[in-house]
Amino acid sequence: MLKEKTQLLFSYVEQGDLHAAVRVIQDIQETRNQALFNEIGRLTRTLHEAITNFHVDDKGYAASEIQNLSEVSDATDRLSYVLSLTEKAANKTMDLVDDSMPVATKIKEDASSLHDQWVKLGNRAMSAEEFRQLYKEMGEFLGSLAQNTDGLYNNLSEIMVAQDYQDLTGQVIQRVVNLVRDIEKSLVVLVRMASNVDSMTGVQHELQATKEKTTDHAGHGPQIDPNQADVVNSQDDVDDLLSSLGF
Amino acid sequence: MNKNMKILVVDDFSTMRRIIKNLLRDLGFTNTHEADDGNTAWPMLQSGDFDFLVTDWNMPGMTGIELLQKVRSDERLKDLPVLMVTAEAKRDQIVAAAQAGVNGYVVKPFTAAALKEKIEKIFERIDKAK
Repeated sequence: MLKEKTQLLFSYVEQGDLHAAVRVIQDIQETRNQALFNEIGRLTRTLHEAITNFHVDDKGYAASEIQNLSEVSDATDRLSYVLSLTEKAANKTMDLVDDSMPVATKIKEDASSLHDQWVKLGNRAMSAEEFRQLYKEMGEFLGSLAQNTDGLYNNLSEIMVAQDYQDLTGQVIQRVVNLVRDIEKSLVVLVRMASNVDSMTGVQHELQATKEKTTDHAGHGPQIDPNQADVVNSQDDVDDLLSSLGF
Repeated sequence: MNKNMKILVVDDFSTMRRIIKNLLRDLGFTNTHEADDGNTAWPMLQSGDFDFLVTDWNMPGMTGIELLQKVRSDERLKDLPVLMVTAEAKRDQIVAAAQAGVNGYVVKPFTAAALKEKIEKIFERIDKAK
């Protein structure tokens, strides 16, 4: 189309019809603006859709409230929910473990003391009085054993149930991941369009200097891909690296 | 190894502090104290005659590596044994921690056995050096 218009422009200029020539230039400009506006409009809609689609459920909100909810801040709230849910589950599990460990220790101590006496009995080295004591203790031990193992069993099954956070948090995280992906997709389109605009308008940018080197003080967080070259795979790798440094 | 030694556990997540404290308790160390980042830990270290520091790396406020550097440059604290327990697993970082004078480095997720082994190794070396 540009070619067509240029030829037209050229011929008007040749003919000396300046009015017509200016009209052609305006046409060209208008077409360009139109394309730009259309593209921006389309992108805005995509971005808006990506954001509004991020409703895990609309329950509990009035229709007017849904309109006002900032989806990104909603995503942040959801992640805070994940944080509190995982923390609660971890604490609950540790409470139950703290509760169970002394029970296990008690069973072990009682059993080993009874075992010692049992061996003594087997060696016929036990007095009648000691035997009566053993008999009594054995009865108590067996009685408490049923109760204690019941308690342990209940704690273990509660620990099992406490892992349900994985399902709940997994669903929330999945939603947030999808939102981020949608936003990223729209941003890529936006960047691509910006470069189109630049080439259409002939604007050139000086390339930014390479990204500034960050100090390692802040930390990088857990490595999700242990196969990267600059990341250790395991505690053994850490130990090897440290011993190569003379540790 | 003195089981009564005073230990400071620094991590921004209370659950991780609890896990480390429980593991230390299983190893017989009950004199443990907690801080949630370097800024909280520093005044405690200054006034608290601690024998051992276990710290995370990535924390808001003052990070673990900064805390380590601060400890090493302090006249009174410079010989305090420091174990880093962290999810930071880049080679550069481990080298940086070693250069800053860390005594041991455990990567998360870790096992009770790994923690025990590193602590024993640290104090074995210190006893030998005496």
